[in-house]
Amino acid sequence: MTGPIETARVGETPAALEAIAQLVSDGGPVMFFQSGGCCDGSLPMCFREGEFIIGDYDVLLGTVGGFPFYIDHRQYEAWKHTRLMLDVAEGEPEGFSLSAGPNKHFITRSEVCAPNPAD
Amino acid sequence: MTDLLEKTSNEKLSEYGDNVKVFVAPGLVDSIVTLKGRYQNFIGGKWVAPVKGEYMEDVSPVNGKVFCEVARSTKEDVELALDAAHRARKAWGETSLPDRAKVLSKIADVMEANLTMLAVAESWENGKPVRETLAADLPLAIDHFRYFGGATRSLEGRTTEIDKDTVAFHFHEPLGVVGQIIPFNFPLLMAAWKIAPALAAGNCTVVKPASPTPWSILKFAELLEDIVPDGVINIVTGPGAEIGKALASSPRIAKVGFTGETTTGRLIMQYAAENLIPSTVELGGKSPNIFFADVMAADDEFLDKAVEGLVLYAFNKGEVCTCPSRALIHESIYDAFMDRCLKRIRMIVQGNPLDTTTMIGPQVSIQQLQKIESYVEIGKQEGAECLIGGQSAILEGDLAGGYYFQPTVLKGENKMRVFQEEIFGPVLAVTTFKDEAQALEIANDTLYGLGAGVWTRDGNLAYRMGRGIQAGRVWTNCYHLYPAGAAFGGYKISGIGRETHQMMLEHYSQTKNLLVSYSTKPLGFF
Repeated sequence: MTGPIETARVGETPAALEAIAQLVSDGGPVMFFQSGGCCDGSLPMCFREGEFIIGDYDVLLGTVGGFPFYIDHRQYEAWKHTRLMLDVAEGEPEGFSLSAGPNKHFITRSEVCAPNPAD
Repeated sequence: MTDLLEKTSNEKLSEYGDNVKVFVAPGLVDSIVTLKGRYQNFIGGKWVAPVKGEYMEDVSPVNGKVFCEVARSTKEDVELALDAAHRARKAWGETSLPDRAKVLSKIADVMEANLTMLAVAESWENGKPVRETLAADLPLAIDHFRYFGGATRSLEGRTTEIDKDTVAFHFHEPLGVVGQIIPFNFPLLMAAWKIAPALAAGNCTVVKPASPTPWSILKFAELLEDIVPDGVINIVTGPGAEIGKALASSPRIAKVGFTGETTTGRLIMQYAAENLIPSTVELGGKSPNIFFADVMAADDEFLDKAVEGLVLYAFNKGEVCTCPSRALIHESIYDAFMDRCLKRIRMIVQGNPLDTTTMIGPQVSIQQLQKIESYVEIGKQEGAECLIGGQSAILEGDLAGGYYFQPTVLKGENKMRVFQEEIFGPVLAVTTFKDEAQALEIANDTLYGLGAGVWTRDGNLAYRMGRGIQAGRVWTNCYHLYPAGAAFGGYKISGIGRETHQMMLEHYSQTKNLLVSYSTKPLGFF
């Protein structure tokens, strides 16, 4: 786990690890981006590696199952006092996200944590 | 609601007298909504089976049960829809303005003739109370088609006399075939918001409904036979990752319109950039609803309206991009005003959305319900105080499997995530302010800028706040009105473009300039 602002601000559950492993075995590397806003905002979106263009100001929260998990820098400011845990829940994904298995989608669970001294 | 809506609402509801009216669920013997077991895509005016023959289940949030299947389409089906749209493109683009307007008007007429049926279908599909679909969603969608029919007739090019012999003519030309992706919160109204201006400007469209709510739009499509020329409106259902992407990234569309969350919004714009086509995106908000001290200067009808204005966070169970989900209340009236609001919130009737007395139905999906639960949990961890609600509502009987959440109010401060992120549920985050400057500061301390509400008896204060708030629409002494003719769209990360106004025709048109010389004299350079 490397990265410029690696803060252990994101982790993954065994169910998420298993779903990631399956996605990778089916079609190769993936990436995650934490969404916000309307409808299914607040859900993490899972894409094939390189599908979503990462900008210079996006923040790498860490890695999950060895794959990068990013968030918009403005959203990071609002979310940085919480730690995210990638998990899997019932139901199809509602955006353009890859599913986490049949009738499953990725979610982020959050818990409040101490501010990062680096911020 | 406006007087207009109130009138419509009362007229619609009075048809059923003072008695409770519970509509029969679609598919049951006495229902006014017919239901097939399986629905195909609507392509080229025909019902076309998905190429790969796969279907997905549509679940009603009312009881959590599957009620029909719709096509689980793939990119091959998107191509079929694009083929049909391209076949129709030339003829529709050259259709005269009176005839274009007539088609839009006929869509409005057939929706109006089937208003109750569509309202019941929409409520069953999405979970929103039928009192809302009867009085708001459907009347607004119908009026939207009429408005853009009228707007078509007002399409005027401009001419400029550059000099005595040189004239610049400007014509509106259709873009051609557009892709439009519809959200789940107002499946029919959002479809109307997108389809009406696209057609009015002479385009053909391929529409992808939201995955949780594909069916009510297909019920709408059933009404279009003999009204809309084949291929002008095409509807393809299926998962976003497969067909949403196939549509938005297709080099065969000339524009993409999207309503949804920010990451998909960025992806849509990324695909549009790859094809060098325009996009408009509406991506939600975290709208402040601000109550100044003078709302309580008298105990009158206006105060009653302001109380309802706060409780409107529960409208459509909070699944609204402009949900007034942050209430900012002046500290001097907080206790008294909130006391009245909580009394009103306690009176919210939750239950079967097909019952005309129900005020709040189920969330659209289990995913949304779980998300709301997790947000309330985050709010409590952050130290927010739960004033009412705070958990799922377990209903009995037929509704036991539905996705109900109690109307909830959390008191806290604006840095908390429940104040910063769109929860998309009936969850209000409330805080206080001490003066106008602080109210404005809190209102603008958000990533989003879609809607806002200002409540005061002081017109000058209302104007200053309205101009100071960085949001595309500031409702002043009202909230949740969506009339065609008032532009709607976002500041900041809430999106790009404006809907529900004739300026939308510009978003769906190309400008053709003919620069004509009426002089016979050569330039003289060569």
